Amino acid sequence: MLQPEALKKLQGRALKVREHILRMSTDGGCFIGASLSCADLVVYLYEKFLQVSPDRFQDPQRDYFLLSKGHDVPALYGTFVEMGYLPKERLKNHLKTNDSIYWHPNRAIPGVEFHSGSLGHLLSVGIGIAMDCKMRGQKNRVVVLVGDGELNEGSCWEALLVASAYRLDNLVVICDRNQFQANVRTEELIPLEPLAQKLEAFGCVTRQVNGHSFEAMDSVFSEMKFDNGKPKAVIADTLRGKGLPSIQERADRWFCNFTAEEIQSLMKELHGESLATIQSEALIVR
Amino acid sequence: MNYETLLKTLVQKDDRLVVMTAENRAVIRSLPSLMGDRFIDTGITEQTMIGAAAGLALRGRIPVVHALATFLTLRPFEFIRTDVGIPGLPVKLVAAVPGFYSEANGPTHQAIEDVSLMRGIPGMQVFCPGSQEDLVLGLEAILMSPHPSYIRFNPRSIQQEGFQHQKEFKIGKAEVISRGKDVALLTYGALLNEALDARRLLEAQGLSVHLVNMRTLKPIDEEAVLEATRSTKLVVTLEDHFQTGGLYSIVAELYLKNRVTADVLSLSLGERWFKPALLKDVLDFEGFSGPQIAEKIMARVREL
Repeated sequence: MLQPEALKKLQGRALKVREHILRMSTDGGCFIGASLSCADLVVYLYEKFLQVSPDRFQDPQRDYFLLSKGHDVPALYGTFVEMGYLPKERLKNHLKTNDSIYWHPNRAIPGVEFHSGSLGHLLSVGIGIAMDCKMRGQKNRVVVLVGDGELNEGSCWEALLVASAYRLDNLVVICDRNQFQANVRTEELIPLEPLAQKLEAFGCVTRQVNGHSFEAMDSVFSEMKFDNGKPKAVIADTLRGKGLPSIQERADRWFCNFTAEEIQSLMKELHGESLATIQSEALIVR
Repeated sequence: MNYETLLKTLVQKDDRLVVMTAENRAVIRSLPSLMGDRFIDTGITEQTMIGAAAGLALRGRIPVVHALATFLTLRPFEFIRTDVGIPGLPVKLVAAVPGFYSEANGPTHQAIEDVSLMRGIPGMQVFCPGSQEDLVLGLEAILMSPHPSYIRFNPRSIQQEGFQHQKEFKIGKAEVISRGKDVALLTYGALLNEALDARRLLEAQGLSVHLVNMRTLKPIDEEAVLEATRSTKLVVTLEDHFQTGGLYSIVAELYLKNRVTADVLSLSLGERWFKPALLKDVLDFEGFSGPQIAEKIMARVREL
């Protein structure tokens, strides 16, 4: 059970992370929709689940977190700032040539385990890491966050078969189930449902959880078993654009490049004040 | 000593080595029982195998990855480029039945663009041993080098009386088999055996042949190519590969860089798939038997 103060801390962190994400949505913009959908998940994992910290990032016994749906990296950048991996000032270098803070993660950012951007890769990479941890008899866990749209990629399912075959019970696959792929709803393009049954059928112990409820996430992750020979799958039900009602669940607002004024009024919206009016062009980019 | 025997010795010496396959065990059958957990067969999942190899390499392992050359290079190409190439991880790709060795399998199995693709990945080394013995000579150096590497697996021995490879193997150094004044014959992989036949026939006709087994196509032995070019009147690039991106292209790039030009005869597959058949018949049909190679070279020499 999460104590009230722990819950408050998580909510405070998540709000800060959303502020960072929003500030990265200008001067070139970012994939804000998917970043906002996974922000609570990423904050929860780093705060409560992953055995890793800035001072033990080279520790071979640490838990690994791999962001396979790399375009939501602003959520990770923001979390890294709040957790002390990355100095806050570096976020001002977003998309600048003097740093490596761009639209997808890379290992020049302290805390990033592996680069991504091309979908359907990091479950496989995670399998390799998980295999090595097992070979060495180590107890670290490997968490891979995938997008629901990303599950179109055959390599994800290939990797699940292999993870199950190799009894990788140290592997946790989390699906940010925000119901959207780039341009359309997943169920309108390549339906995934019944997703939980598919993941179960591929050999994963599967749980479904509200990806914006820290209490719900805590009850799933704190009870997870790592000695049953089975990979874990968590379907986290989320909302694309969560926290900003004016872009939430809008197909045309997945990549946004707002004006400075819009950022100001969206910041108010994020804090529960008046809704923003957005004039800037809706972008559909992939 | 063959590849499998040597690999067995090496994996026992160094537990960083893990052996992986996408269910192709032809040349590693004795390794599973020896290696336990360090032998990983992912099933017919080339993408996952390469991604997992990257993950293992991140943790300090040296994955030696096996599959048929076409499926190893093409199916997971983006995984090789993205997960192995971008971070420069020491994953070793052992490509079985490359080039003419796919014999009667047909175009689906013809890896004749593999050199082109692999050398196009920054930092990837490309090894094309002229025989199994040549592979054995270089294997330890290749596996221990800190770079991603592609190995065009060669199961054949050279079928020439008394032929012996030069024992010294160095990454980026070619094996100059003979020095000559008329024709330079540059080749790699399976066709070295036929090149040796061709040399014998050309010499019988009074030509002096400079024969080079390139061994590694990336890094290329520039000096060996330039020396061969300087000392002869005709340079022949011989390869079981499309003309694009293989040895002919490498030599052309090297000439441009060094402001050199030469008479060059390219003996390659051009832009065609080869006729599926047993190796000897493929060589005959496609014009890559020793006598046919010699004949094509003689015809060009007469035009010079």
